[in-house]
Amino acid sequence: MTATNTATAIEIHNATKSYGEKRVLKGVDLTVEAGTVTVILGPSGSGKSTLLRAINHLEKLDEGYVALNGELIGVRALLGRRSGDRLKELREKEILRQRAKIGFVFQNFNLFPHLTILENVSEAPISHGVKPKDAREHARVLLARVGLADKEGAYPRQLSGGQQQRVAIARALALEPEVILFDEPTSALDPELVGEVLSVIRTLAGSGKTLIVVTHEIGFAREVADRVVFMDDGLVVEEGTPAEVLSNPRNLRTQDFLSKVLA
Amino acid sequence: MTAVTQRPADAASAASSAGGAPTLPPGIDLKKLAERAVVPLRHPLRWVITALVLVLLLNVGQTLFTNPSWEWAKVGQWFFSPAILKGLQLTLLATGISAVVSFLGGIVVALGRLSGNPVLSTLSWLYIWLFRSVPLILVLIFLFNLGNLYPTVGVGIPFGPQWAVPTFTVLSPLVLGVIGLSLSEIAYSAEVVRSGVLAVDQGQHEAAKALGIPQRRQFSRIVLPQALRSIVPAYVNQIIGLLKASSLLFYVSLLDLFGVVQNLGSTYPTDIIPLLVVATIWYLILTSAISIVQYYIERFYARGSVRELPPTPLQQVRRRIASIRATTDAGRTIS
Repeated sequence: MTATNTATAIEIHNATKSYGEKRVLKGVDLTVEAGTVTVILGPSGSGKSTLLRAINHLEKLDEGYVALNGELIGVRALLGRRSGDRLKELREKEILRQRAKIGFVFQNFNLFPHLTILENVSEAPISHGVKPKDAREHARVLLARVGLADKEGAYPRQLSGGQQQRVAIARALALEPEVILFDEPTSALDPELVGEVLSVIRTLAGSGKTLIVVTHEIGFAREVADRVVFMDDGLVVEEGTPAEVLSNPRNLRTQDFLSKVLA
Repeated sequence: MTAVTQRPADAASAASSAGGAPTLPPGIDLKKLAERAVVPLRHPLRWVITALVLVLLLNVGQTLFTNPSWEWAKVGQWFFSPAILKGLQLTLLATGISAVVSFLGGIVVALGRLSGNPVLSTLSWLYIWLFRSVPLILVLIFLFNLGNLYPTVGVGIPFGPQWAVPTFTVLSPLVLGVIGLSLSEIAYSAEVVRSGVLAVDQGQHEAAKALGIPQRRQFSRIVLPQALRSIVPAYVNQIIGLLKASSLLFYVSLLDLFGVVQNLGSTYPTDIIPLLVVATIWYLILTSAISIVQYYIERFYARGSVRELPPTPLQQVRRRIASIRATTDAGRTIS
């Protein structure tokens, strides 16, 4: 799974974020090549979810920036001011437009419970001006792709957790994003349902989308990831191919984490 | 000391906690007992209380027919009299318009309070504070004296040219009444709407944001429909309160249902009891109608929140009739 196309999809530079006194991100640098699968590992509280949420600007960074295909996310450069050049936050409307290019899959699915499965998947395209009929047609194709073609009229609570997460993936795909972010997509699932969700993500990985996955599934990382990033205490402490990071970790904290997880 | 004197109950629990089935008198097989259906717990006291309450209710019910002062014949006469119907119409009109206006106004004020704009949220808070503090009757009387306070209303450039008309030519008593009811009702419904919006899971806001859904549509399509599930019961409560609060319009010389009854009561002092009964029955009918509508609206907004909606009372009745028919049909085919 060597990436032949080495264009940078996402560039994160010096991502810094504090909640009050607590520094969650301490200046993270990360580059993700287009069409690759990056898995972010790390103990809880290491800042991996915050970093993921910063990529589509659900979290605002205090310092640093995120760029998608060279376009700054959530901010723009403010030049020629007397106070000096700096980054300025965009209007919500602009940010919402940018987010359409970045799919996000939540740990708790966050499907819209009052809408049917089909409406859940077609909602975002319709709100962006796609004709309802076309949006529904596309939604049906996506639902078939995640194996839920027969569930379009059901409401989310009538589905199992694994099915709900597959709908959430179809919903994220509906806008044809360039990048899809997964925030612990299998952590809220019963063990026997993890497989069906991982296999959908695996299929996506093969289709050439850029994926960034925060997960605790080491086996999945080993099998699917092109790059594995290990975070601890708000920093990236190790980064490399799965073979490098998972089989021969050089960093002490990575070794410690893996020995606990794989025990 | 305590260790030595062990009570029998403790001994029994100690024995059973030791594991295995409890000991029964010899010759009785526990497994045999378990073959038969478990006898449910009886509630004899409930039957006694039910009987007592029934006796009391029947006593009161009896007086409705035996006490001639109820004058049911006159209740019948007044019930559909033009004066009463006219009052009813005004009650319905004032309540209906105020209910719609204050719901929409409530959404606006609630959004104001929830907004990140400090001016908007402070203004909304001040509005709610003011109109929740002042009694409705005071608001109404204030409005009806608006002509004294501001003889003309209009717009103009401060210290420049003005365009104005006399206050009472643009604002009829009914309009003023509806404004008064709505002003105070908006303050309450804003808080009802706000509580509903806050009850929507944060994940829903985040999912809508992550999908880049435009802000207005986030509210109208994702947040509000879910909020309505908790808003509807509270807001219907408000409407029922409003229905009865509209009787205060009588004090600003608007003849609503209650006002008409008051007026007729002073014209026909002997009919005061039947007239009060007429008003009571009408208010009961209106509240019942609102409750039925509430049931179906709540059902509508409950879709998706439970795996399967329970059948409506009508559906239950239909199903029961169908099942009775099925059993009688079955009986016929057998015989």
